[in-house]
Amino acid sequence: MTHPPYLSPAYRSTLLRAPSRPPLLLKADPDTIELTSPVFGHHEVAEHEADLTRQHSGEPLGERITVSGRILDAAGRPVRNTLVEIWQTNAAGRYAHPVDRHPAPLDPNFTGAGRCLTDDDGRYRFVTIKPGAYPWRNHHNAWRPAHIHFSVFGTAFTQRLVTQMYFPGDPLFPFDPIFQSVPDPAARERLIAAFDIDATEPEWALGYRFDVTLGRTPMEDS
Amino acid sequence: MTTPSQTVGPFFGYALPYERGWELVPEDHAGAITVTGRVLDGAGEPVPDALLELWLGETGTRGALDRRGPGVSGFGRCPTAPDGGYRFRTARPATPYLALLVFARGLLRPVLTRVYLEDVPDPLLDSLEPALRATLVARAEGIGTYRFDVRLQGEGETAFLEF
Ligand SMILES: [Fe+2]
Repeated sequence: MTHPPYLSPAYRSTLLRAPSRPPLLLKADPDTIELTSPVFGHHEVAEHEADLTRQHSGEPLGERITVSGRILDAAGRPVRNTLVEIWQTNAAGRYAHPVDRHPAPLDPNFTGAGRCLTDDDGRYRFVTIKPGAYPWRNHHNAWRPAHIHFSVFGTAFTQRLVTQMYFPGDPLFPFDPIFQSVPDPAARERLIAAFDIDATEPEWALGYRFDVTLGRTPMEDS
Repeated sequence: MTTPSQTVGPFFGYALPYERGWELVPEDHAGAITVTGRVLDGAGEPVPDALLELWLGETGTRGALDRRGPGVSGFGRCPTAPDGGYRFRTARPATPYLALLVFARGLLRPVLTRVYLEDVPDPLLDSLEPALRATLVARAEGIGTYRFDVRLQGEGETAFLEF
């Protein structure tokens, strides 16, 4: 199974929020609106929104990176002009969110939110800084591995995906109930970006690659 | 090979919501309706950190994200308030229902459901026993306002869907 089950007791917040019944399996017909998705226009998303290091007067602290890849459908075809949104902590592991109480410094030059549309090849690319690990209250000494949150639309509402991208070799993987909620180890690996020397830009930024494959839509022939 | 889902977490609030994301139509739009309600957990407590997305089936003339000018958008996004409340102002859909996705901390993948504005003969509704059917039908409250609560777990748990 690719996706985590709703109920994953090691991640405590699932206990009162996981539905107790499995979802009803619905047969789709061509009029089913869940088989369509909003279309985002280029006038709605500005080019500079993909560069998280240029949203303030100065440059953020931290290790500058690029994160790029392709959004693909279940058949491996590129998903064009689809909206990709990301959000993350700063280099110190702190979100620019009032609810975040982690006593790590905020960075006045980093908000940590970006978005872009994929090109005709399904490609996206963000410039950002490497996020930090952060503590949370799930259990004693709980730390989230560094990650970037991703939100992707696709061509059907049923394909809508929110996930998290992790970094290779993180020592916190075995201890993180959110990462571990994905039962299949091979599927878990698909959440980890690859360091890519060819995407790395000399004297400027390390390059990471992260491809996202969306689920099958019901009307697709398999 | 599908990429697995992960929770939206508690910290999306400065990133995903956008200005007037809940207003699919302007205030003066003829025949506009409001869909409003609360998201509740298994203890019946409000879920103050959920994100709802509403989809009408067509992008519309207003665009998906742009809230300037007249016209209709087919897409809206609304984070819940501290009391678990949300609301959307929208045009009446062409179908008897609207599609609704709910993301939250503690949901490792979103839940998908439908908001039916009227209890009408419908292949999905007709396949459900009355108590479950009732969880998908919004309650009309005055003119043009529909109440629809999402109960994630427990008594009155909403019927969630997959395809
Ligand atoms: Fe996070």
